[in-house]
Amino acid sequence: MSILPLSLDKVSFRAGDRALLDGISLTIESGPKTVILGANGAGKSLLLRICHGLLGPSGGEVRWAEGTTRQYERQAMVFQKPVMLRRSVAANVAYGLKLRKIEAGERARRVADALRRTGLTDFADQPARLLSGGEQQRLALARIWALEPEILFLDEPTANLDPGATRAVEEIVSGIHDSGAKIVMTTHDIGQARRFADEVIFLHRGRVAERAGADTFFSRPSTEEAAAYLRGDLLW
Amino acid sequence: MSDMGQAFVLALQLIAALDAELLEIIARSFAVSLAAVAIAAAIGLPAGAALAVYRFPGRRAVIVLVNALMGLPPVFVGLLIYLFLSRAGPLGFLGLLFTPTAMIIAQAVLVTPIIVAICHRLTRDLYEEYRDQLCSFGARPYQAVRTVLWDARVSLVTAVMAGFGRATAEVGAVLIVGGNIAGLTRVMTTTIALETSKGNLALALALGLILVLTAIGVNAVAMSLGGVSAYRRG
Repeated sequence: MSILPLSLDKVSFRAGDRALLDGISLTIESGPKTVILGANGAGKSLLLRICHGLLGPSGGEVRWAEGTTRQYERQAMVFQKPVMLRRSVAANVAYGLKLRKIEAGERARRVADALRRTGLTDFADQPARLLSGGEQQRLALARIWALEPEILFLDEPTANLDPGATRAVEEIVSGIHDSGAKIVMTTHDIGQARRFADEVIFLHRGRVAERAGADTFFSRPSTEEAAAYLRGDLLW
Repeated sequence: MSDMGQAFVLALQLIAALDAELLEIIARSFAVSLAAVAIAAAIGLPAGAALAVYRFPGRRAVIVLVNALMGLPPVFVGLLIYLFLSRAGPLGFLGLLFTPTAMIIAQAVLVTPIIVAICHRLTRDLYEEYRDQLCSFGARPYQAVRTVLWDARVSLVTAVMAGFGRATAEVGAVLIVGGNIAGLTRVMTTTIALETSKGNLALALALGLILVLTAIGVNAVAMSLGGVSAYRRG
């Protein structure tokens, strides 16, 4: 039984007096690639961290599908700056599998598969921290692919990468999506959202300003904020 | 030739001749300190990493206490352990006073806080970096402790070596609980203290030279390991 849909009910997050997220209610279903679009400071990363469970909301509720358990093992997240364990590339992939007590034979098979799919097979025995930025982000994706999550959150995974590495990351994420995972990715890059999104959640100042299919959102945004963002106007 | 020059020559002769008494004392010193450091590392490394990972009330107080204990006066530790192990003490029935075991206990007590404190500092920074990723992987705190210990293993060797340096160089505690008995509990530092007061400078100086060489050797190993780790971190 799938842990999806993920439901957020009036989720808010406060830092002191400031509401960084305010009354967010969302249902995230399996299927389309969802892109959370918004300016810096709109609350994208925060929303993703709350969905993933790294942070608890100040108010409201985050719920996975009723009757499911061990949801933390069935979801995964990729960070803007990948955290490489001080181990070999292959050991980085094996780490999460060991935590989930995947037995050695199956583990070796999944590590090899994940490295092959992300083009990292030749680097298997190298220290992960000696990889380039793009290769590190590919390794972060390989680690997650091996875990076969039901939903993958990506927090601006290409913000620090050049166009070639960005394309490689997008292709791998699409591959993970094709293998059955729900994708929820944040970006402030309109071009990336156009290339990648099946649906867009537009976040503005801690609120969901608009949610629509990608075609509709980019051709006929229904809110002034979204239209202004797409035109490249400054919103504050 | 001056006294000092003479003693120096005699010391070198003792070392070159592999003098039996000298070798016996060196061997006992290393055996006692290695055992003490092994015990201290077995306790101190997990404790240091746990302090970096777990959040509990009073954690800061524990860290302050551990750092303070790094500067424990060895003579005082020796006295306390002496009281515990003496016939009338709570552990007197064990009959450990004036044995190498008592010296191992004393050195382990002195070295454990050093290893805890250094390990805490090293793993704290690493865990700071890893925390979100490990939480995201669903790692439990005890698994995070294992992970940071393993990934910091190369730099943690320096913590253990610092402990070994302290253990071999220490006089006060082992003198009190060991009693400096020839052929039984005499180690390098206590022998130096005794032979100097007897005027037998050659043996004292020979042991002093060995101690300095040990310190240099330990530091050289620690430094070369540091170089390897710098490479592996990228």
